[in-house]
Amino acid sequence: MASAFEYAPAPESRSVVDIAPSYGLFIDGEFTDAADGKVFKTVSPSSEEVLSEVAQAGAEDVDRAVRAARKAFAKWSALPGSERAKYLFRIARIIQERSRELAVLETLDNGKPIKETRDHDLPLVAGHFFYYAGWADKLGHAGFGPDPKPLGVAGQVIPWNFPLLMLAWKIAPALAAGNTVVLKPAETTPLSALFFADVCRQAGLPRGVVNILPGYGDAGAALVEHPDVDKVAFTGSTAVGKAIARQVAGTRKKLTLELGGKGANIVFDDAPIDQAVEGIITGIFFNQGQVCCAGSRLLVQESVQDEFLDALKRRLSTLRLGDPLDKNTDIGAINSAEQLARIKALAETGEAEGAERWSPACELPSTGYWFAPTLFTGVTQAHTVARDEIFGPVLSVLTFRTPAEAVAKANNSQYGLSAGIWSEKGSRILAVADKLRAGVVWANTFNKLDPTSPFGGYKESGFGREGGRHGLEAYLDV
Amino acid sequence: MSDDHNRLSVFKTYKLYVGGKFPRSESGRVYEVTDSRDKWLANAPLSSRKDARDAVVAARKAFGGWSGATAYLRGQILYRVAEMMEGRRGQFVREVADAEGLSKSKAVEVVEAAVDRWVWYAGWTDKVSQVLGGANPVSGPFFNLSTPEPTGVVAVVAPQESSLLGLVSVLAPVIATGNTAVVVASEKAPLPALSLAEVLATSDVPGGVVNILSGRTAEIATPLAAHQDVNALDLTGAGPELARDLEVAAADNLKRVVRPQGADGVDWSADPGTGRLTAFLETKTVWHPTGSLGVSGSAY
Repeated sequence: MASAFEYAPAPESRSVVDIAPSYGLFIDGEFTDAADGKVFKTVSPSSEEVLSEVAQAGAEDVDRAVRAARKAFAKWSALPGSERAKYLFRIARIIQERSRELAVLETLDNGKPIKETRDHDLPLVAGHFFYYAGWADKLGHAGFGPDPKPLGVAGQVIPWNFPLLMLAWKIAPALAAGNTVVLKPAETTPLSALFFADVCRQAGLPRGVVNILPGYGDAGAALVEHPDVDKVAFTGSTAVGKAIARQVAGTRKKLTLELGGKGANIVFDDAPIDQAVEGIITGIFFNQGQVCCAGSRLLVQESVQDEFLDALKRRLSTLRLGDPLDKNTDIGAINSAEQLARIKALAETGEAEGAERWSPACELPSTGYWFAPTLFTGVTQAHTVARDEIFGPVLSVLTFRTPAEAVAKANNSQYGLSAGIWSEKGSRILAVADKLRAGVVWANTFNKLDPTSPFGGYKESGFGREGGRHGLEAYLDV
Repeated sequence: MSDDHNRLSVFKTYKLYVGGKFPRSESGRVYEVTDSRDKWLANAPLSSRKDARDAVVAARKAFGGWSGATAYLRGQILYRVAEMMEGRRGQFVREVADAEGLSKSKAVEVVEAAVDRWVWYAGWTDKVSQVLGGANPVSGPFFNLSTPEPTGVVAVVAPQESSLLGLVSVLAPVIATGNTAVVVASEKAPLPALSLAEVLATSDVPGGVVNILSGRTAEIATPLAAHQDVNALDLTGAGPELARDLEVAAADNLKRVVRPQGADGVDWSADPGTGRLTAFLETKTVWHPTGSLGVSGSAY
């Protein structure tokens, strides 16, 4: 199907962000080279253009950063909460001031559309710091006893799908509670974390309170294993999460994990079709489906299956894939060649196992990492595309007849992060929401996030919550 | 086992408690349980891996009903456990004194504290959601509510030293919040735990909500820690090395793990607080659009 609408390009200007040719590690308030001098390149996934060369942290750098964080912890944790609060409020404000710059940067380094970084990531990042800033001097009122204490040094490892937002989810509550942090951003998206280091400098944050170590999995493992780390927080794949849980077994380290998902988006026959279609689209194509809480399984009631899929395909055909900096773009680039290969392999498995693959007519740019929005129909619960997290713009469609069957199928997963319900019947929504084993249930909406709203999984989607009052617990000695 | 009046006493055959029934170990094995002066008390079942797996099946089967019961009903049932235990104080005093080598007066204190612990948790069942959950003021037109929900099937390695009060202190919070439990009783002092099963069976606690196994801690806990249908693991009664091994095994399906609190450091008579109550809860957050009735100032 030809594109229904032609749009003139509407690119957001790159001039708002100034990317240096190279960056160091941020340790104890200074940018510094890696001890072994290693560097790696970070590229723009939409063009494969090299954006910058970044120092690559190793075990020695991890040790240096943890020592800096330990040294800073005594003073930082002893500050009155009201003073810590003001630092965090400063950070929130500076992020707001620099939000366009950071949005463009994030889009360049991650490949996601500018309308998402501008309208979702950055407002949520600033909001998260603003929210936890207010907690710093109110911890005794949070329900964890009259005077809860910080844990110490937090080692935090974050993924590439929402680089700056995941940083905010990790750093804001940690600092509010009085911890100091060593954070390792993902190797494909180090830049916004390094810009955040500059935000910390502008805010006058004391040296060593926040340390940023760009690097690969080996640096993350060294951080998790470091004996002077008191708290480990990880967001990423379930496989790595399990490895980390094994690593910290038998230690005193407190652990929270936010891992994978295979969210079921359940559409009942009384759902408002057009709204539900929009919700399904948001659920799986937001951020190219590279979202742990993505609604990657559509469960549609059999009686409306044909009508619903027609509407869904029609809508899919109008999605615009292309330049992430273009303000009209709906679908940006896949974050890396490696991730693209993984998505392609899983999609091929889907076909090989007998599910029916469909994509709208969609021209992919000749450079960069791209994957057309894809539907699988005729999917059974045994299919790989119904079970494994694909972490890409691929939706698997299953059907059901009764609410009980919908619940059983939705819960038939190792994961339990998110779920969606589309229905106009209130009692049915509440009954189904009650039975779903998932940490976040969106009813007649999807993929909504908020600093005040606890987020996290059941089962193998991890444990602990981020956001809200609940999010403080991960960083307090309770 | 007193034979004061020249009457030959009737011994009790101690059995496991699984799915509301009192089976022997499927392995047919028993081990000798002695008091603190090595005097024989009873032969207790020596549970096998198979017993552990059967207990998990029973606990999973009971989870839907128990987690779905009203908090009020769970509170009533836990209170009923306290009532039933109160009525059997004499028996528990004797068993705890034998098991832990306590004086009678000390054993009375311990048993009374254990009864009171059930009362404390009975009162929590219908309050924990209000204390831990609530509405979140999200920045948008959405109703947003967070509620604690039980984690699922919890394997509990009960304290080794405190055979009754310690056991009740780790078990009651698990089931108060709607989880179901597979308990590994104190290895050398399992008899109070096995007698507690008789209390639970007569307190309207549905079969399978609590399952109690006696035997070698490591032999029973190891398959539980590795079991893919167990959601959480309380390692309170595991020594450091075993605890580490069990925690590693538990990572395989990301069980929620409560670690032991350090060597013999637990004063079970202290105020229990809410730490154990919150350990095996998940937070579910439900969103729904609130819609809008019109612009402000319109007349309704």
